[in-house]
Amino acid sequence: MRDARRPHKAGFPADAAPRKVVATMHAFANPARFMSLARPLTGWLGWVGAALVVAGLAAGLALTPPDYLQGETVRIMYIHIPAAWLGMAGWGGIAAASVSELVWRHPLAAVAARATAVPGAVFAAICLASGSIWGRPTWGTWWEWDGRLTSMLVLFFLYIAYIALADAEAERGASGASGGRIAAIFGLVGAINLPIIHFSVLWWRTLHQGESIGLTGSTIDGAILWPLPLTTLGFTLLFVAIVLMRMRTLLATAKLEARLRRMGAAA
Amino acid sequence: MRAKNQRLVLTLTALGALVAAALLAMSALRNQASFFYSPGDALRDHVASGQAIRLGGMVEKGSLRREPDGVTIDFRVTDGIAAVAATYKGIVPDLFREGSGVVAEGRFVAPGRFVADTILAKHDERYMPPQVAGSMHETKSLKR
Repeated sequence: MRDARRPHKAGFPADAAPRKVVATMHAFANPARFMSLARPLTGWLGWVGAALVVAGLAAGLALTPPDYLQGETVRIMYIHIPAAWLGMAGWGGIAAASVSELVWRHPLAAVAARATAVPGAVFAAICLASGSIWGRPTWGTWWEWDGRLTSMLVLFFLYIAYIALADAEAERGASGASGGRIAAIFGLVGAINLPIIHFSVLWWRTLHQGESIGLTGSTIDGAILWPLPLTTLGFTLLFVAIVLMRMRTLLATAKLEARLRRMGAAA
Repeated sequence: MRAKNQRLVLTLTALGALVAAALLAMSALRNQASFFYSPGDALRDHVASGQAIRLGGMVEKGSLRREPDGVTIDFRVTDGIAAVAATYKGIVPDLFREGSGVVAEGRFVAPGRFVADTILAKHDERYMPPQVAGSMHETKSLKR
């Protein structure tokens, strides 16, 4: 892990606010310091998240009333909406890490982005699958090529491509040559799909209904809505825990490989 | 620091160009990416008879009628601008009902007469318990 790109320990010029943000970011650039924080955080986030998910799903399955039109199928939203949010938020995280990689060469940025890609892809897949199961009894179809469904499927494919690209790059540049820069560019370009997914139901006529939850409120009645924040927060905490877990794995693997290389060179 | 600022400016510029390109592409796609024609569109665009299209709108209140054979239904699809008489033979989704959204796949057999071979129900973004629904039991808006 000894890297020339490691930030200087001494002397950040104390002249501007952005520098402060960068300084805070660099405080966790040291993998050892990151590990000491990530290790306990993983368990806490994971267990609290799991508890919230269980509580939210139990409430959503047992306590809330059915919908006036759809009946019981409306309960799929307690999984579908968090999955859609995390599928999109995951790529948002990849895009943020990509900027951090391209601009500041943050040593953990590429690791964070790679760690986010797999759970992001899984949640995008959960969103597509649960949406398909929801669509059959309500719309009368498993799948239609409308704007929302198609753009979400594209997001899933982007994840698969990102995973392949980032892994290939990491494997080829094990010595740290390109450091995940090609994947970072792909991560930024792919982020353009996020607003397309969001606005698809506004720009185009779609089979998918418009958005239920906006900045100004929700068109879901309170009696049905209330478990949704529980599952959304719960899945989000679980997601962060999984990302931290994967980051630790990737860092440990990199450390191991570096050590094996050194031993190989010494022998 | 100089190099970092340069990379920051470069990244932001690239992002700006990307967003602008995507917005242009999306606005160009506007009509092609729509999932269905509304009755008003179909009228305006003079959709040819026999051409396979999707027609979407509201099932007009009081227009739904079942024919004596028991499996064929007649109804009118409206978007508030125009209305089209549609016929369908088969099983419809549970959510297909008067005053609610529908997307019908099929073709015009004559101007203003549509024969559907698939019916999809389209619901709106409001979810509520039955007792709250009460008189709100109708879909008021179908986007655009």
